[in-house]
Amino acid sequence: MSHAALNQPVLDPTLAPPFPQAALPVLRNPQLRKNVAHAIDVIQAKRAKLVAEKTDWQELRSAASAIRMHTLENLGAYLEEFEAKCTAAGGVVHWAADAADARQIILDILRQEGAGDVIKIKTMTSGEIQLNPFLQAAGVNVFETDLAEIILQLGEQEPSHIVVPALHLNRGQVREIFARRMGLKDLSDDPQALTAAARTYLRQKFLTIPTAISGANFFIAETGAVGVVESEGNGRMCLTLPRTMITLAGIEKVLPRFQDLEVTLQLLARSATGERMNPYNSIWTGVTPGDGPQRFHVVLLDNGRSSILAKPKQRQTLKCIRCAACMNSCPVYRQTGGHAYGSVYPGPIGAILTPQLMQMHHAQSLPFASSLCGACYEVCPVKINIPEVLLELRSQVVNQERRDLARFLDPMYLGLRIANLLFAWAWLFHASQFMGRIGIRFFTRNDGWIHSLPSVGGKWTQTRDLRGFPKQTFHGWWAARARQAGPALAKETK
Amino acid sequence: MRVSLFITCYNDTLFPETGRAVVGLLERLGVSVDFHPKQTCCGQMHANTGFRGEAFSQAKRLVRLYQDAETVVIPSSSCVAMMREQYPGLIEELGNDSLRKDFAALLPRVFELSEFLIDRLGVEDVGAWFPHRVTYHASCHGVRALHLGDRPYRLLAKVRGLQLAPLPNTDRCCGFGGTFSVKNAEVSSAMLAVKLQDVVATGAEYCTALDNSCLMHLGGAMHRQYAGMKTIHMAQILASNEACPAEGVL
Repeated sequence: MSHAALNQPVLDPTLAPPFPQAALPVLRNPQLRKNVAHAIDVIQAKRAKLVAEKTDWQELRSAASAIRMHTLENLGAYLEEFEAKCTAAGGVVHWAADAADARQIILDILRQEGAGDVIKIKTMTSGEIQLNPFLQAAGVNVFETDLAEIILQLGEQEPSHIVVPALHLNRGQVREIFARRMGLKDLSDDPQALTAAARTYLRQKFLTIPTAISGANFFIAETGAVGVVESEGNGRMCLTLPRTMITLAGIEKVLPRFQDLEVTLQLLARSATGERMNPYNSIWTGVTPGDGPQRFHVVLLDNGRSSILAKPKQRQTLKCIRCAACMNSCPVYRQTGGHAYGSVYPGPIGAILTPQLMQMHHAQSLPFASSLCGACYEVCPVKINIPEVLLELRSQVVNQERRDLARFLDPMYLGLRIANLLFAWAWLFHASQFMGRIGIRFFTRNDGWIHSLPSVGGKWTQTRDLRGFPKQTFHGWWAARARQAGPALAKETK
Repeated sequence: MRVSLFITCYNDTLFPETGRAVVGLLERLGVSVDFHPKQTCCGQMHANTGFRGEAFSQAKRLVRLYQDAETVVIPSSSCVAMMREQYPGLIEELGNDSLRKDFAALLPRVFELSEFLIDRLGVEDVGAWFPHRVTYHASCHGVRALHLGDRPYRLLAKVRGLQLAPLPNTDRCCGFGGTFSVKNAEVSSAMLAVKLQDVVATGAEYCTALDNSCLMHLGGAMHRQYAGMKTIHMAQILASNEACPAEGVL
């Protein structure tokens, strides 16, 4: 049976159903919707409070936007600088053109290490390349160490948010997952008890598994350093105890100078979790003898990013620092949660990033999964004009689809093409208003309202009525008024 | 002062009372109103649905139609936003120099209704009377594209008899989004339900806005759900006075 038939979320853009369809199981799951709305309301309130205390918030946003754009415009040079510096410090840099490349590179390193088990710091990029199922199939046991990721892994759940991946589950559900999978029948849903259970589970993994995989929040070109910010300390454990560390991240994560962290870290913590500073900020440079992992690999992932970089209108997508403020502020995400987006990158950023990473061959419904309210752009700490990119991608999707005969006859496509003709000539527009007024009478009830319409109109009337057409258009009224005023004026002047 | 009214395609067809109210209001304030009979649509529906080619021709047509107008007033925040946010890109792409120049000269003369009243005419008290409890829905385009700020509230505050019921989560979208409301009908309806809860909880008799598209969405759901509340464009509230109360209200 397929995933879709089981209403299980599919976070693979090549297989996921279109957004409107993928959203349905969530819309019919009141507990999940309640969990999502509650969680993002809490984060939003914390963020708003901490943003308000920064008097230079807009200047910080502008600075971050400029730093990120400058980096992207000189990405090749900064990546090479990072590679040279990281290598000089004892790291090994690998270049992965696509997901398959990256998976194989990581597996090869694990094989060299003879690693049968691996611990992981939360990395959404590993979700992008479907790393866990690949490693499991190759006989490597993967253990997540981030609390949310443990919940998801043990509960066989998919992530629904990039910062708080288990946001769709509440405390009671987490307790249930831990109780069943850890065999702790009497576990309470007290947050302290839950984290204590996770700690006990983790401690043994940290102490026995010598190989770790991480993502990266940033690379520093100037020094060859890699940085991870987190809240739980699991990342810090993975960066100190294991013998070998493999870091996977997209090529866009580079920053030119160490000093650029001053801007990005202020924005990231406030935007992501509503904190002044992330509790753990780990920055490491290559290998330090006698301290931390002694073998260090960085896998720089392209996987469609170069093609985004090549398009000036879309390039800004890569400025993203993965704070998730856009999804937290999004009224669509608030209703659907993350699973409907069919990728590990949900919300507004996912709606523009996923179809582009897929080079517009998949996820074409995502650019339409927005009411264009602009809340995402307003909160974005690096000023990605998400609505602008959504519109650009929408036009690309329409250009693809309009060549398709089935789409050609789609009522909405037909309607929009006809409307364009009507809008070109006022007389034709007016004639269509006249005809429409006659036609709509068949659907208008005695109370003057339309309760049910056929075809595309039915999508409207499934939850809303529509007031019947008025007897006179505005331009009709204007013309009649001018005719009356004409003789009257003429009389007055006599 | 002479104003050219761009009524917008959907107001012309579905909400002529809003247009009549704008004319009545502006004339009462001593502004003479023109109406270009060849006007149709700004192209927003096409542009937002990905029909960029079609939006080009409508943008071009609108600029040509209004290039000689002294001032253009539009009682729809999303159509004004279309001109401010999307026209520059569309017209740049068309690469027609004279069009670019004419558009650059036209844009500063284009006003949303509340902008025109406060920024251009400098009035807050338009002499309106509307003895009802009213809540104001700040449409997304009004908030984030036009930055209308407190302008609508300043106008409403001066309406005699009007009691303003504050709306919580005022910057949250009602879920309309043009063709989004039918392309993603279920999600749009879920957003609408959340918004409507806030709107109805105000206990107001009327929900007003500066954009009939949001009001069509909210009003459609109010009617379906037998909510004891109606929608009314703010132009109709501002045009209403003792001598000539808002149409179909009293």
